[in-house]
Amino acid sequence: MLLDGKIPPGNLSDKWSKAKFDMKLVSPANKRKYKVIVVGSGLAGASAAATLAELGYNVACFCFQDSPRRAHSIAAQGGINAAKNYQGDGDSVYRLFYDTIKGGDFRSREANVHRLAEVSVNIIDQAVAQGVPFARDYGGLLANRSFGGAQVSRTFYAKGQTGQQLLLGAYSSLSRQISKGAVNMFTRSEILDLVIHEDQAKGIVVRDLISGKMTVHYADAVVLATGGYGNVFFLSTNAAGCNVTASFRAYKKGAGFANPCFTQIHPTCIPVSGHFQSKLTLMSESLRNDGRVWVPKKKGDKRPAKEIAEDERDYYLERKYPSFGNLAPRDIASRSAKEACDAGLGVGDSGLGVYLDFSSAIERLGEQAIKERYGNLFHMYEKITNENPYKVPMRIYPAVHYTMGGLWVDYHLQTTTPGLFAIGEANFSDHGANRLGASALMQGLADGYFVLPYTIGQFLADQRPLSQSETGELEKSGQDTCQKVENKLNKLINIKGKKSPLQFHKELGEIMWDKCGMERDKKGLSTAIEDIGSLREEFWQNLNVTGSKESFNQQLEKAGRVADFLEFGELMCRDAKEREESCGGHFRTEHQTEDGEAKRNDKDFSHVSVWQSQDEKAPLCHKEKLVFENVKLVTRSYK
Amino acid sequence: MRFTLFIWRQSNKEEKGRFKKYQVDDISSSMSFLEMLDLLNEQLINKNEDPVTFDHDCREGICGSCSLVINGVAHGPERGTTACQLHMRSFKDGETIHIEPWRAKSFPINKDLSTNRRSFDSIIQSGGFISINSGSVPDANSTPIPKTIADKAMDAAACIGCGACAAACKNSSAMLFVAAKVSQLSSLPQGKAEADKRVLKMISTHDKEGFGSCTNTGACEAVCPKEISIGHIAKLNREFIRAAFKSDLNL
Repeated sequence: MLLDGKIPPGNLSDKWSKAKFDMKLVSPANKRKYKVIVVGSGLAGASAAATLAELGYNVACFCFQDSPRRAHSIAAQGGINAAKNYQGDGDSVYRLFYDTIKGGDFRSREANVHRLAEVSVNIIDQAVAQGVPFARDYGGLLANRSFGGAQVSRTFYAKGQTGQQLLLGAYSSLSRQISKGAVNMFTRSEILDLVIHEDQAKGIVVRDLISGKMTVHYADAVVLATGGYGNVFFLSTNAAGCNVTASFRAYKKGAGFANPCFTQIHPTCIPVSGHFQSKLTLMSESLRNDGRVWVPKKKGDKRPAKEIAEDERDYYLERKYPSFGNLAPRDIASRSAKEACDAGLGVGDSGLGVYLDFSSAIERLGEQAIKERYGNLFHMYEKITNENPYKVPMRIYPAVHYTMGGLWVDYHLQTTTPGLFAIGEANFSDHGANRLGASALMQGLADGYFVLPYTIGQFLADQRPLSQSETGELEKSGQDTCQKVENKLNKLINIKGKKSPLQFHKELGEIMWDKCGMERDKKGLSTAIEDIGSLREEFWQNLNVTGSKESFNQQLEKAGRVADFLEFGELMCRDAKEREESCGGHFRTEHQTEDGEAKRNDKDFSHVSVWQSQDEKAPLCHKEKLVFENVKLVTRSYK
Repeated sequence: MRFTLFIWRQSNKEEKGRFKKYQVDDISSSMSFLEMLDLLNEQLINKNEDPVTFDHDCREGICGSCSLVINGVAHGPERGTTACQLHMRSFKDGETIHIEPWRAKSFPINKDLSTNRRSFDSIIQSGGFISINSGSVPDANSTPIPKTIADKAMDAAACIGCGACAAACKNSSAMLFVAAKVSQLSSLPQGKAEADKRVLKMISTHDKEGFGSCTNTGACEAVCPKEISIGHIAKLNREFIRAAFKSDLNL
């Protein structure tokens, strides 16, 4: 597998401008001859589909939800970073670049991250022009808040609904193009495979979730904006429908999958309350601006929080990381919470929780100010837990939230399969081993509005459009792929065993959380690989999918997604086992410093691990060496 | 806790539906309403019966997928709450609960409790946007917007497009949905340039999609999970009347 990152030569800060100039263009009259398929309608997908259509390409966009507005980007709460330096507090493109590289524990590409920081400023302009109601100060200018892993205030926000507002902005641009006929929108349509013809991505196989009808769609290029795979853990902050199928099918068809073990466990989620739980709810990291994290100093102290005196509390983040305090990056904050709970200091009935306390902020600023900042989050917390966070501290615990790994892409966001692009959370490119807060929205929109629309032209300019080609052979291979997918669906339905798809999903989740979660070790990972193998075997013998394939069948949808998770989980464990170091969200207990911090191994692991599928045999691991010309690799310190 | 459920079952758009009775036991009060349905579905699958189809995704009250009429009220008994954020502690042990899909002509039933809300997308497509292309925009701070206006726009923009407003309305009017978008965009300076065209087109599409007229009963506001005020409908009316006059007079 050839891994050419196609990083442009020259100074870091000139690379993107130079690349844009050097790229081939497709003339306006020719653009409409090219068809581009965009799968997914979240921030990355909707912004890409809208922008490609504005440019004149013929676009088809697909989502499994009933409307493109419901993609899971909608649930992002806290904010979006941009190097605007509106606060005059020393921010710059370079600082955002550096914070992101460092936050990612030096496991991402310099050139990609710098480009992300550069275009971040355009995103804010774009969103404001669309009517996104960002928070403002009394003078009418945009307000900012600070976020984990940064010492400047560069996060723009719309109450606790920033993802929703940005997605509705992108959705409005997409809607405008749909009304013009420039985007053909397919809702409740799930991609089940890719059509690869003559080693290029040329289409997708889609199931209409209402009628069950299968169709094949062809295009000159396919863009996957299908999000992350956090649901492999079953319990995560992802929406119920989030899945790995599109990315995993791409991998099975030859695209390299990069760093699958890089998972982000978010420190501030509402703790699990029972075995029936179907999802975990995030409480935005922005809460750590005003909330203080603590546990009782005494083991097993079950007194109510307000009865525990100041000197009996351990504000462990402030103690261990005095310069960043409660705003330490996510991986560090999560692991510290786990450490405290493992040491028997956890709070709540399960002992799996730590306090996030707003009492000193309420004393300082008043309840009204806190309500203005976080009202909807406090409301949501109270709904779920039946506790009032204005009166008693919140209880939080880490939960799976985001996946930094994804399809390997070059600087042009193209995978190792020509014609197949991956954007947003679906690719691996910008966050290294840990993503900083408020950077997911930034990356999704950067890819969709400002990067892919340029880079895809470079690819298309060399292609003869399908609309002007003989497509007989292509359609044959499309129908062939479609038939294979139908066979698989029939197989799922005809097992007629005893266990529901949900049960298998839960069991897989338990293995993953236990062995490939916040802490991993070689022995556990080996066991997990075996356990997943046995579970997969049982799945194909004992699954029970009710109903038929020719109808609206949510069990069949779920079964297909779980089938892919059962294979993908194993790949994650393999990757975690192969990476003999600790970095960012990947913590191997064998590799830690004396005071329990992650111990990186730059000599042997300063690379991207890219996995290549090989039918029946174990997958191959290729390496893309990470070259750092501008930043010095240092041990990350937030002390 | 245990409950007797009457759930609307309908295998597709054409077929006639009916209520079917189910019994669920061992329900924890901290379960969400949808988790209670998950549990019922697992029981049905074990008996090889067809599980209940319902829309859901984020399960944190923001995607707008869930759409259940619970005991006659869209999204159930708690104000300002989507069905997915409703917990069983809001019900009495032993209670009988009726669960129906949205009832509105413009939301045809797909199956059981799932409806087709494409009509809402059509309304947005007809004008719920500001016509700008990616990249060709001024600096974000070039036009200061007073905080009060920005906050008001945000209140309107909180709409999640679930459809409860139309489902609760005796006229099946989706005026609160239209008003939320019109009010958000026409309050902001960026949205003023095409405010007239927008409101006329969105109202016209609303009517074409078969939603009824607003008679200001306020039922929509009462069930809106984001508690969007019908004050926005007043603003919509003003915008609409002004735009209609101007277009009649060719201004």
